[in-house]
Amino acid sequence: MEQLTQLILIFVSTVLINNFVLSRFLGICPFLGVSKQVETAFSMGLATTFVMTLTAASTWLINTFILEALNLPFLQYVSFIIVIASLVQFVEMFIKKSSPVLYKALGIFLPLITTNCAILGLALLIPLNGYNFIESVIFGFGAGVGFTMAISLMAGLRETLEFGDVPDALKGVPITLIIAGIMAMAFMGFSGLISV
Amino acid sequence: MNQVIKDFKNGLWQENPIFRLVIGMCPTLAVTNTATNGLAMGLATSFVLISSEIVISLIKKLIPTNVRIPSYILVIATFVTFTDYFLKAFFPSIASSLSLFIPLIVVNCLILGRQEAFASKNPVHRSFADGVGMGIGFTWALVLLGSVRELLGMGSIFGLQILGEWYRPMIIMILPAGAFISLGILVGIMNLISRKVN
Repeated sequence: MEQLTQLILIFVSTVLINNFVLSRFLGICPFLGVSKQVETAFSMGLATTFVMTLTAASTWLINTFILEALNLPFLQYVSFIIVIASLVQFVEMFIKKSSPVLYKALGIFLPLITTNCAILGLALLIPLNGYNFIESVIFGFGAGVGFTMAISLMAGLRETLEFGDVPDALKGVPITLIIAGIMAMAFMGFSGLISV
Repeated sequence: MNQVIKDFKNGLWQENPIFRLVIGMCPTLAVTNTATNGLAMGLATSFVLISSEIVISLIKKLIPTNVRIPSYILVIATFVTFTDYFLKAFFPSIASSLSLFIPLIVVNCLILGRQEAFASKNPVHRSFADGVGMGIGFTWALVLLGSVRELLGMGSIFGLQILGEWYRPMIIMILPAGAFISLGILVGIMNLISRKVN
């Protein structure tokens, strides 16, 4: 029971309180780049969630059974990025074979997930937080859900903004950043909701 | 020689990574709560950028086209590991305040982008000039953003108290929300300036 409560706490705090995008600044590039339409933003979020969950599991295994067991901490960055790159490649091939429709919907976004700093950030945060295997997987899944939520909300706001009267100099990136700031302020309201 | 100077100047304003191209946003927003952190992050990124541009420009003929991106990432990750250990050994306080964002230089789109767009196509002296220009362009933008946030959020710049007792610090500026808003306004101002210049 205690274990279950701990898992729920990790999930809620990753999604709402320490949201990867709005309070940790991870994954800002896709957040600004792929948030013009709700539909694409949502599929990007789903693909990222999928890769994040797998990354959390596989980097935990590698870190615990290879890097820590053989005392090779200096290979952490190099090995994590290789794992992530090959994982994304694998997911791409798998989706292409099993569900061509989904593959088409995700398109160019799939390979770009490799350079999403939220993924490497997630892999590096797990050893820092000292999570066990199940906690890591929940942490990865929660991070993905939080990312999906932030990017979909932003896309919804930007779709509406198309009809707004924005000053010329602020069009595009600047106004998006200012909206993200206001969203981050709103998310600050969640801090203190629970303590982990 | 003229070509080299042109490559160098390119990153300073015309293709400034932060204000004009808007890439490499994660560290830009995350570590600029003070001017000192911004400067440290700028220098660390510049070092990795310049060294990997030199190496990749030297070995570009040996890398097969199909596996070029993984090869670039490997070179970059090696230099990042080196930078991380160097900072931990000689500047532990800076290393702990930048923490996670030193290893994340590996996936900074600016660095990978310059390898693909410039170093893989140009000779080593031009790649070096491009790296130095882009590095300085990235660093000054980070220092500017860090100074604005530190001044409004704590009343100081580089830890020196500028504003007196009368100033009530806007704590929001050193929190995540302030990072987004101040960068948004700065990019807007830069858009205005570049329009005036043209």
